[in-house]
Order: sequence, then C-alpha cells, then structure tokens
Amino acid sequence: MKKTFTAIVAAAMTAAAPAMADLVIPNLSYRTGPFAAGGIPYADGFNDYFTLLNERDGGIGGEKVQVPECETAYNTEKGVECYEATKGNGALVYNPLSTGITYQLIPKVSADGISLYTPGYGRTSAANGKVFEWVFNYPANYWDGASVAIKHLLDLNGGSLEGKKIALLYHNSAYGKEPIRTLQELSKKHGYALTEIPVDSPGQEQKSQWLQIRRDKPDYVLFWGWGVMNQVAVQEAANIRFPMENFIGIWWSGSENDVLPAGDGANGYKSLAMHGTGMDYPVYEDLKKYVIDAGKAAGAGDQVGSVLYSRGMYAAMVIAEAARKAQELAGTSAINAAQMRDGFEALEITEERMAELGLPNFGQPFAASCEDHGGPGAALIQQWDASAKKWNLITGFIAPDDEVLTPLILEDSQAYAKEAGISERCN
Amino acid sequence: MFYREAGDFKTSYREDSQTFPIKFDRYRYYAVLAVAFGIIPFVINDYWANAVFVPFLIYSIAAIGLNILTGYAGQVSLGTGGFMAVGAYACYKLMTAFPDISIFIHVILAGGITAGVGVLFGLPSLRIKGFYLAVATLAAQFFLVWLFNKVPWFYNYSASGQITAPDRTVLGYFVTGAQTTATAKYLFCLVMLTLVAVVARNLTRGTVGRKWMAIRDMDIAAEIIGVNPLTTKLTAFMVSSFFIGIAGALFFAVYLGAAEVGEAFGIQKSFLILFMVIIGGLGSIFGSFAGAAFLVLLPVFLKNLLVGQLGWPTDLAAHIELMIVGGLIVVFLIAEPHGLAQLWRLAKEKLRLWPFPH
Repeated sequence: MKKTFTAIVAAAMTAAAPAMADLVIPNLSYRTGPFAAGGIPYADGFNDYFTLLNERDGGIGGEKVQVPECETAYNTEKGVECYEATKGNGALVYNPLSTGITYQLIPKVSADGISLYTPGYGRTSAANGKVFEWVFNYPANYWDGASVAIKHLLDLNGGSLEGKKIALLYHNSAYGKEPIRTLQELSKKHGYALTEIPVDSPGQEQKSQWLQIRRDKPDYVLFWGWGVMNQVAVQEAANIRFPMENFIGIWWSGSENDVLPAGDGANGYKSLAMHGTGMDYPVYEDLKKYVIDAGKAAGAGDQVGSVLYSRGMYAAMVIAEAARKAQELAGTSAINAAQMRDGFEALEITEERMAELGLPNFGQPFAASCEDHGGPGAALIQQWDASAKKWNLITGFIAPDDEVLTPLILEDSQAYAKEAGISERCN
Repeated sequence: MFYREAGDFKTSYREDSQTFPIKFDRYRYYAVLAVAFGIIPFVINDYWANAVFVPFLIYSIAAIGLNILTGYAGQVSLGTGGFMAVGAYACYKLMTAFPDISIFIHVILAGGITAGVGVLFGLPSLRIKGFYLAVATLAAQFFLVWLFNKVPWFYNYSASGQITAPDRTVLGYFVTGAQTTATAKYLFCLVMLTLVAVVARNLTRGTVGRKWMAIRDMDIAAEIIGVNPLTTKLTAFMVSSFFIGIAGALFFAVYLGAAEVGEAFGIQKSFLILFMVIIGGLGSIFGSFAGAAFLVLLPVFLKNLLVGQLGWPTDLAAHIELMIVGGLIVVFLIAEPHGLAQLWRLAKEKLRLWPFPH
C-alpha cells in the first residue's frame, strides 16, 4: 500500500517542478481553514502584483517571476511540507504569513541560505540583523505595534497613563504572545496596569473573555487577533457595548472582513496600519488594465483594494524592489538566493521610488542595513466608519519607543544566538 | 503456494513461538527492514524525509502507543495530544538543561516522564469506563495544553511561548536543528520506531498483553481468573504513554524543530491518532502502521496529484482533499469495520489457500 502511494507521489513530484530560469518566489498561502478570511486577500494581492510585473514589465529586470502557491491552512506541519516542496525549485524568498511557520522556518532558511521576509509579523527580534542573517521584518514588527498603540493612548490621555487599566486580548499562540513582554516593560515606564486575556485558537468562542472584560472594566483593550477571531471579538465588544474607540487592534485585526459582520456596532473601532489602503493609488490603473480586466487576477478577484490585499501587494512590492536591488548589485538578472539576500540587506525604499511605482504615500520610507533588518517601525492608526464602510486614517505615522524596544530586541536576539550558537556579524 | 505453514518444520519451542511463524512472512519482514535501513537512507532527500517518511514514522510510534491502550487494553483515550506534548516539553527541558547528553537518551527519558504522567491520568480508569473514561482523558488533554501555555518554566521563559529544538547529535551526527541531514532524521526515527514496534509486538504476545486483552474483552471475568485490574490498566497506560511520549519528543525535536503547544499538540492531534488506530485496526501493530500511512500519505499524495499534476487552485484542492479523505474513512469503516489490518488478515487467509481455494 505504502509503496504504491510513494511511487505515484514520486510521479506527481517530478512533473510539478517548474523551469529553473525564472525568479521563483513561492507563496505559502492559506485559502482554507479558520484563518482564510485573512489569508485569501493577502495571497491575492501578493500574486496580482507579480502578475502585474510580468504582464506590464516582462518581470523584474527582464526575468519573469513565478509564484507557485502552496496551501498551508495556517498549520505548521503543512507549512514545513510546503517549504520542503518548493525550496528545491530555486526559491529566492519565503513569506509565509504565519508567525508559527516563521519560527519553524528561521533555522531552516538559515541553514539552506534562503531569505525569509516577514513584514509586520514573525519573530520580532529578527530585526537584529547581527544575529538573524537571513530574516527581514521591515518596515514594522509586533513590538513596534504595541509601542505605537501605547503612544497613541498617551496622546489621547495628555501624556500619562498613570492608573489606567489596559487589557490585552490575544490569540493564544506565538503570534498573540509576542507583544506581552513589550507591554509589560512599557507598563513599568508609564504606570498602567496590564491584564492579559488569552483566547485559544481559532477564537470562535470568546464569551468568557468578554465577560471578564465587562467585569474588570479596563479603560482600553488592545487586541492581537487573526482570522475568524477578529470578527467574533468585534461583535462581542459591540454586544457588551464596550466603547469601540477604546478598542485597538494590531494591523492584522484591522481589515474590512473583521468589522463588516458587526454592522453599525463596529463603528469607531480602531486598528493600527502600516500602510495606506483603498483604491486611490495610481498602481490600480495598471492593475486594472493588465491584470483584472485581462482576467488574470488571483482567486475570485473580489478582494482588490481591501486592507489585506494592499498588504499582500505591499509585501510583493518590497520583495520585487529587493530583487531589483539584488540584480543591480550582482550585475546579473538571473539572481540566486544568496544574491537576493544581499538585495534585501541593501534595500532602500524612498518616497520617490514609491511614487514611481504608483504607490505615493503608501508606506513609510526605510533603509535596511547589515545590523538593521527591522526598519523604522512607525505605524498609523485607522478608525472604522461603519456608515461609509471605510477605514479612515486618524493619525500620521507614529514612531515607536525605541528606547524601550532596542534593549528588548537585543536581549531576545542574543538569547537566541546563544541557544543556536550563532556569532554576531557586521562587526 | 508460497505462503503456507506446511513444510516449514519447527524443531524447538523457540522457533515454534516466533513472531512470524510463516517463512514468507519472515522473509518479507527482513526485506522491509533491509529496504528501510539499507536503501531508503541513501536515496532520501529533504522533501521525502520531511513531508513523507519522518511524519509517517513518528505517527506510527504514536499510533502503536495508542493502540496498546485502546486496541489491546480497551481503554479509550482522547489525551494523546496532551501526552505527546508532555514528551515534547520533557525533551525540550532535558535538551536545554543537559546539552552534552545524547539526544537518544533524552528522547527515552522524555518517554519515561510521559509514562509517569500517563499513569497519573490513568488512575481514574480504575473507577470509570468507556465514554466516561474518554471524557476524563479529554480533561487530561486540555489540562496539559493549558499547563504548557500557562507556566513559563516549561518554555524557558521565551517571549513567544514557542519551544525551539537546539542542535543536538547522536554519535556525532546532527539529528535535531537545522543542520540535520534528511538521512540522519530518517534513520533516527526509524531506529526508534523499530525498537518501539519490536517491544510492542513482544509485549502484546506475552503475559502482559494477554492480561490487557483479558481486561478489554471482559474486565469482570478477567478479574475472576486472577488478572489484577489495577496493575494491568496502569501498565497499559504506562507503556502507551511511554511510546506516545517518544513520539511527541521526536515530533517536536526532529520533525518540527519548533512547536507551540496549542497548535502542534491540540485536540486535533488526539483525534488524528485515534482515527489512525481505528482505520488501521484496533489491536494490531500492523494496523498502527497502516493507519498512520493512510492518514499521513494520502493528503500529501492528493495534494501533489491535484495541485502539482492537475494544476487545480490550491484552495479547491485543499477542500476536495478533505472531502476525499473523509469520504474514504466513511467507506472504509462501513466496508471493513475492523480496519486495514483486517483486510491484511483476510488477504493472508486467501494467500494460504492460493492457488487452490477449495
């Protein structure tokens, strides 16, 4: 029985290998399972941007881009299988959109020499390029997000959070636990009381957590949720009439899918954002012309312009720019994974460049270096307007509190370096 | 013709009671071992190791463990995921606390610790039976996952609650961490599986196994003929948890490399392994292998066929895959309630008579 299986799998495997000449950027996506609501728009945006480059410019520097997709269902075992299945085809970079899978892949990509790009998720301390040679997480990470949220609350409270109660409602996984240490450090500095309220994956059941919130009456609720958990939380908050403007989600808890089911109840809900959103960018004209109207859009094509679609597109844009940089540095258009890494490390995204790409004022300009794989980490705050069904940006880019974050990142990355026996680079 | 007892003369008690009394079976067993140890390690690559063989080997260990408890001793357990988590976290704590000791010893010790925890959670089985016991073990599952989430000591106070396996070696070869070769991973798991399977097979053929089966078939009758339910049930829990702990340690350290208790060892894992045992066949070591192979290889095969071969969209393929696997499980259980092992048993009966069926 096993032998017949393996024989057929072998046949299937050999036929699946694509041509080697193109730039291969696998998309470990998830379009099924409890997190599909987040995974689908992101994967569509990611794929569509590369389709646009292929159709409009003939790829990057004349090389076509291939984006083989592999379904992970946000599951670490399937993530490993996808990684092993795609890495042999000359993969240049991975973007798994899952903190759990990222933790798994960090040692693997470091051994295999393939870059891992985790914008706004993954292991925060990977921002320290001295330890994490192959991992990049600019422009912002979870600890930046936590700090930006607290800074926003400081602004609202005249610079002091003394005596305030803040609850963190989080997905009980590596993803949700990431901000805890930062929030604890910040509570020492600003004097607020922090309550941690975990929600077990997938987070469809949150009655008891919201009962606790109702009982404790925290002044603010910070929220680290994903997938189906987001909609449920927003709905529950509306049910207990929690003041929505005091409920702030991370950037992964701030898409249209998360607030629409709660209807008017979601009005005023805030979330962080690390880039602009909506269709008011010139890139959408090209996208419409070359991709959507040509019938080449990924998925059902109904996600264009949504928050997570924009994020997938943003990730693809950064990867494409890094590939361009790598081609420039290597002097060849057919780059390999090691050259791709150099491209990531030397990448500089300026305001002018983003305008050229048709995304003016979309994200923050940043420059990476050997030490800094984390970017500036600033973020915006957006607020949901339920009557217009639209996210409105209510602040400019807020910079995180690096005074607190830098020592934390240093500490965590050095602990990893010690555990994994890595000696620091860039000296 | 080839598969028969006749002509194979046993001249000692030892030969008479060997594991595979039929010559053909014996040679087949040696052939499987020869292929597994002598050929596959030389041709295996990263994909085959990580997507197919290593998960198959590890799930087989877990399925053997659960089969001893549920299939042989008749104690239904839904706590397998929790016990695997005990193995994984025990292994992690040992690996980080004693970095110089061989990982082989750590994995065995992790199994031992899990055996202790298993006995503790097996105590209620002396009073409650059947579905009620399943609920008690379900409590173990949730309690253990909650514990490893809640107490930072278990994950060495890491910021995210993830445990990551450091690089460790056996005889100078890396078997955990990123530098591990496909061959080393595969061989380490294979050696463990072979040990576990041989021990399990022989336990179930001896006094211990007969006591388990007596308790399973009718506990009151077993008690009357002198089987002590206390020791019998607790040894079943102990041996089963020992194997499941080994599987958990390997699953975390060798296969995943990093794990998070809720995701890797949740209730889904308990059900998955229970399905393996039920589909493979309760009370059969071969059934454990067959069930693990069915549920590990079939999804990978379908994915490669539908996406790689036919070029279907990944989401459609993933949904169809769930439906096919689910449908096949239903069909199997209707057509052959005793699992794949029963098909194998029937095949052997037919083979004995072939080519003259009358």
